[in-house]
Amino acid sequence: MQRTSDQASDTKRWGAGALVFAALAVVGGMSNAYVISLLTIVLLFTFMGQSWNLMLGIGGQLSIGHALFVGIGAYAVAILNIKYGITPWIGLLLGAVIAGFVGAVLAWLSFRFEVRGIYFALLTIAAAEFARIMFGGWDYAGGMQGLFYQAPSGAMDLGMLRGDARFYYFVALALAAIGVAGTELISRSYWGYVWRAMRDDDEAARALGVRTFRHKVLVVSISAATAAVGGGVLGLVQGAIFPDSIMGMAISVDVLIGPVVGGLGTAFGPLVGSMAAIPLHHAMGALGDALGLPGLNSVAYGAVLILVVWFLPDGIWPSMVRLYGAVQLPARGRIPQLRKVEE
Amino acid sequence: MTALLEVKNLTKAFVGLVAVNDVSFSLQAGRITALIGPNGAGKTTCFNLVAGALRPTAGQVLFEGRSLEREPPEAVCRMGIARTFQIVRPMKDMSVLENAMVGAFSWTTNVREARDKAHESLENVGLAGKANARTDQLTLPDRKMLEMAKALSTRPKLLLLDEVMAGLRPTEAARVVGVLHRLVEGGLTILLVEHVMRIVMEVASTVVVLHHGAKIAEGKPSEVVADPAVLESYLGAGFHA
Repeated sequence: MQRTSDQASDTKRWGAGALVFAALAVVGGMSNAYVISLLTIVLLFTFMGQSWNLMLGIGGQLSIGHALFVGIGAYAVAILNIKYGITPWIGLLLGAVIAGFVGAVLAWLSFRFEVRGIYFALLTIAAAEFARIMFGGWDYAGGMQGLFYQAPSGAMDLGMLRGDARFYYFVALALAAIGVAGTELISRSYWGYVWRAMRDDDEAARALGVRTFRHKVLVVSISAATAAVGGGVLGLVQGAIFPDSIMGMAISVDVLIGPVVGGLGTAFGPLVGSMAAIPLHHAMGALGDALGLPGLNSVAYGAVLILVVWFLPDGIWPSMVRLYGAVQLPARGRIPQLRKVEE
Repeated sequence: MTALLEVKNLTKAFVGLVAVNDVSFSLQAGRITALIGPNGAGKTTCFNLVAGALRPTAGQVLFEGRSLEREPPEAVCRMGIARTFQIVRPMKDMSVLENAMVGAFSWTTNVREARDKAHESLENVGLAGKANARTDQLTLPDRKMLEMAKALSTRPKLLLLDEVMAGLRPTEAARVVGVLHRLVEGGLTILLVEHVMRIVMEVASTVVVLHHGAKIAEGKPSEVVADPAVLESYLGAGFHA
């Protein structure tokens, strides 16, 4: 009986997701160039936000240096494609493998030496900054001058992942859909259960036989690999990559703002959060330029973060679900979900 | 009778304090053994040594003949020893059922199998009707039962219970006693760390008494309560029944 109601809500959730992405596909077919390019960025950061969300929201490991993995992916694709003409598909794969390896090594070393929680997060920043400076001084990879893709000819080429803005919009849309569905699937898999257990209580999880050390290394590695795929596509969309922009702190912040604003550990949170935060960031940037107030966008980011943490500490998406539940459930004679109370 | 677990000359010294001093005892399969003693006797330290949460300074813990005192807690669990915590520790963002599923992932990666096992564990402790509840909706006795269900999902041969009765009213404790009897009938071996003497008398077949880290008595409950050394440790020198 309980299981059927589970299945019903499962169907509902997947249906709702399909509907959202169908709507986004329609939007992609109709909108003007500005909206398309903005939404492409939103969707790419939805995907990368999902990868970050997997690590913190489900695995309980905080990274503030995801730019490291984003950058590795972007460079892998760019170097192979620009220097050797190799298809970005191979670059994406290679970038994911390298980033996954780097993530695993970083996690293995940290957790082996009991560097955890906020200290691990600081280490991720240090690693990202180290990589940014290293790439800046690495002439082979373009140094500070960066790497430039050839201007697209306009013709769509799926094999080389080249095309116009609309093409990249649909690539980003596909990635975001994979990210949302993947998060949903993983969080209900064996990995999802043991990761959430170790997130909630590491010691209790170990007492129940969860090998938390290897699972932490695994979740960081998978998060790093997927972030690199997002980074590879981001580089293609932007047409050029520079160490300061693709591996800078700003990317790390952009990656985490979606899930934090939208709802940690949820499948839809990063999408909702990116939809809210990134357009605001751009609009405030434009407004700031018009008013002669550079930096207004950063102030807006900060304000949104403070407001969300203050009023919707679980994020926008869980609050929306609760609001919907509070309206729906009593009608069916069930208790509305109450707010979590800390003891 | 075969010993499932053997503790040999176990010693744990903290800085300035020997919490467990040269303690030996063994657990008979299919029985409930209780580890008792006044506050600070070293019960919980002893318990944590067996569970792999602490490393002993000296001595051995043998489970089915295998030495486990150097193993981490997750390995001890996978060998067939499950524990509960004195202070209940539900995974607070997971449902009751999901909490009970975690332990099953120590022997399967199949979610359906884990879910079936979790339902069975919850049934065993009388929480079947609350599978979909959140853990903060449970009463304290129910949370204690959830701790047991989580441990049972690991399919243990030996269950270590750290003060499961503490803070329970007599009727609630009676419910726990019923559950323990059922589990032992099903072939489980249980080591109980307990404060509440009345309950120990009711359920344990063997009692090990610790005082200041050392074992001062071991035997049937009725023998142990008549032991002058035990009475002295609980009630002070000069008291004789």
